[in-house]
Amino acid sequence: MNSSVIVFPGSNCDRDIAIALEKMQFKNKMVWHKESKLPKSDLIVIPGGFSYGDYLRSGAIAGKSLIINEVIKAAKSGCLILGICNGFQILTETGLLKGTLLRNRNLKFINSDVNIKVINNSTKFTSKYKSNQVLKINIAHNEGNYFTDKDHLNKLKNENLIAFQYCDINGNISDQSNPNGAIENIAGIYNSKKNILGMMPHPERMVDNLISNTDGINLFASIMN
Amino acid sequence: MQITDKTIENHGLTKDEYTNIQKLLKRNPNLLELGIFSAMWNEHCSYKSSRIHLKKLPTKGKQVIQGPGENAGVIDIGDEDAIIFKIESHNHPSYIEPYQGAATGVGGILRDVFTMGARPIALLNSIHFGSPSHPKTKSLLAGVVSGIGGYGNCIGIPTVAGETKFNETYNENILVNAMAVGHAKKSKIFYSKAKGVNKAVVYVGSKTGRDGIHGASMASAEFDENSEEKKPTVQVGDPFTEKLLLEACLELMRDDSIIAIQDMGAAGLTSSSVEMASKGSLGIELNLEKVPCREENMTPYEMMLSESQERMLIILENGKENHAREIFKKWDLDFVVIGKTTNTRNLTLKYNDKLEGEIPINILSSNAPIYDRKFSKKKVPADKIEIKNLKKIKLEDALIKILSSPNHSNKSWITNQYDQMVMCDTVQRSGSDAAVIRIHGKDKAIAVTVDSSANYCKSHPYTGGKQIVSENWRNLISVGAKPLAITNCLNFGNPENKEIMGEFAECLDGIKKACEFLNFPVVSGNVSFYNGTNKKNIYPTPVIGGVGLIKKLVKPINHNFKGSNNIVILIGKTFGHLEQSCYLKENYSIIKGKPPEVNLLNEKNNGEAVLNLINLNLISSAHDISSGGLITALSEMSIGSNFGVKIKKPKKLTSSIEYFFGEDQSRYILEIEEKNLIGVEKVLQSKNIYYEKIGFTQDNNFEIEGEMKISINDLFKINNQWYNNY
Repeated sequence: MNSSVIVFPGSNCDRDIAIALEKMQFKNKMVWHKESKLPKSDLIVIPGGFSYGDYLRSGAIAGKSLIINEVIKAAKSGCLILGICNGFQILTETGLLKGTLLRNRNLKFINSDVNIKVINNSTKFTSKYKSNQVLKINIAHNEGNYFTDKDHLNKLKNENLIAFQYCDINGNISDQSNPNGAIENIAGIYNSKKNILGMMPHPERMVDNLISNTDGINLFASIMN
Repeated sequence: MQITDKTIENHGLTKDEYTNIQKLLKRNPNLLELGIFSAMWNEHCSYKSSRIHLKKLPTKGKQVIQGPGENAGVIDIGDEDAIIFKIESHNHPSYIEPYQGAATGVGGILRDVFTMGARPIALLNSIHFGSPSHPKTKSLLAGVVSGIGGYGNCIGIPTVAGETKFNETYNENILVNAMAVGHAKKSKIFYSKAKGVNKAVVYVGSKTGRDGIHGASMASAEFDENSEEKKPTVQVGDPFTEKLLLEACLELMRDDSIIAIQDMGAAGLTSSSVEMASKGSLGIELNLEKVPCREENMTPYEMMLSESQERMLIILENGKENHAREIFKKWDLDFVVIGKTTNTRNLTLKYNDKLEGEIPINILSSNAPIYDRKFSKKKVPADKIEIKNLKKIKLEDALIKILSSPNHSNKSWITNQYDQMVMCDTVQRSGSDAAVIRIHGKDKAIAVTVDSSANYCKSHPYTGGKQIVSENWRNLISVGAKPLAITNCLNFGNPENKEIMGEFAECLDGIKKACEFLNFPVVSGNVSFYNGTNKKNIYPTPVIGGVGLIKKLVKPINHNFKGSNNIVILIGKTFGHLEQSCYLKENYSIIKGKPPEVNLLNEKNNGEAVLNLINLNLISSAHDISSGGLITALSEMSIGSNFGVKIKKPKKLTSSIEYFFGEDQSRYILEIEEKNLIGVEKVLQSKNIYYEKIGFTQDNNFEIEGEMKISINDLFKINNQWYNNY
């Protein structure tokens, strides 16, 4: 399977995701933001980091960059798109995913291993997970507090477009298990066609027991499938 | 402009120093030249009060590739790999503007490391604040922590270890020391020595603004009630641009275009150009109208003294200009040839072809003043504390007091604000004795840690100096690393005061002694004097940053207990030294007597034995014993793991307080599975190591026989409340 990782100035998880993809046997290419063409890709990843310094608003400038037009075209033709952390923020800026990521409710950067629950395991990103499986995944962000309007929230629920929700170790979803204030503990969502996934937690950080755990592996294995 | 006594004073120069400048130049300097002298001759850049003492430190060893004198120190970790690291202070700016001060402290130290060709792989920090009840402490803490995080998180380098301490001595002068560690190929290390005449001098990175003008001079003076007015001299950090600069520099470093490279740190364009020329015994000519400026109508004086961040000066090989320019263009960074090397040995400054100033380089560097300042030696304090004369406090209550104190409380409120995982090589995150970072793509790792003991150093600087090096060594051993070398950040008060100078000289003697004995050389560092306000000096606070090597990363080891019914062994002798202890400070507010003595022979033997046991894979967990003594160390092993212990009452010492809270040095706690006991005892006995079997691990409870029993859950809560309630 061919994957492409988009590199913006200020991306800083690009190497991490590339290594995870290669470990999972993807044929991966790095794509510099100034390029106007995408290599043939089955999966496009927009990695974490601080694209353009995030000085205007997280993901705002990247959402208007040259390469992003190509990503939008690819997304519309059904290519799988995965946005992690800053990548999720960028996807909301492009309109490929709805809603927005607000400042964490404690107004601080949060780096921590948190539990998330697999809500929908019948997508191309999560088929290898069990339904309601609880994962432990690292988060690292300033703006991860997902918010969306009532109509869209209902749509997310009705069409089973919520990918992951923050929970406790036993899978209970409560305010106490919500690290950043995200509405309904949402940690990741799909678009209607479920070919685009945006998520705040970093699955690429969880593919090696020496460093953390291997809870992220099945996300990549599902895509590979 | 006329140079008056006031102008000289404003430039932080003494009258004698000015007279010396006139003598060396054989004329009066103009204002630009005076500014350059002030930048090069201030304490921060010239080390004029510290240099003769720093010479004493051991800086060599088989493992050392580059000692002090370059942007950072370089050590050999086998194969093709080198580790490049340094610690530096950013105390004064951080007190005035905590977020930017701390952020640019991180940015500055990162540049020191990647200038030499290393990709930074870890950030550490040592931060000291005043009393928590002081009105400024809370906002300083919040600002510094978010500044450190803001820079490291954005540039994408994990902040993996550090220490945070509170003491009223820092009420008006906090300490913010940042350390960066990078990895490079041994064959691809870049230095700052210029070579060859008529080589292009290239300016890359951010544009020059008016921020930070005379920052180094500010760092070389005491504070007073008007310090707040110095806010404009604090630089503003831009981690995004630094990320671009990092990637662009590393890209250019892949081939051999660079002759010399130097970051523009303290004293900006002045010190970078002078240092490169000075090391190469060359001259340098700069055409200042070419300097990329952020603001209009900047004068040569302002350009030469600005401390705008994220800038570098490169001397390029002939014919490499276009290639290099392309790389910086790709990263949207300025790239301008602003001058050339010459054979005049002068710093020549021109603006639109008009000569604005010219100073022989050697006057600025090797002729900079050196002071052998007077110092007084400190006697060993004789006060003895008799426990029996103090009001009795229950063991459990005393432990709770320590674990809930600001200095010993769990620091996840801080460390959760730092990205510790980015780059995906962090094997051990903060909270253990040292952090462990895997060398990318390999099965070896380095351990890194920072330590300080200001109370010990205040009480007896020589012993304190010895102790911090030893503690740092012990922390590296505890995670299974062979200690290799250190960097030091020497934070002291006013060196013109002979007691302060004495603290400095004697701390260094102690550091030297321990480094020599432990084969743990100093490869880089930084001196920060004038930490104090209105004649009140801070406690002497040398901070040691150590690096060790784990040759083969099989099973990482840390201080969390791993199971129940394992045997707990105490390595090293316990005498019950309570003077200067955390027990007396937290429970009785007594800060008296001498610090615990360090027997370096025991330190070495005990440490090597523990490392041997870890390498033989006989140990389940290990922890060094430091502030708070045996019981505090045991409780830390429990809190991190959910396994408790049952510890026997001591037989020999009469007072269990002395046994459990004494801060005797060179001790470790080891957790050992029953099946490994014979193997462990064999090693310890063959090396003549003193050890005691003190108890067992168990589920749920932390227990001292006949004295106390408390659940791990309660201990955890006690240890985790202070920051959240502050």
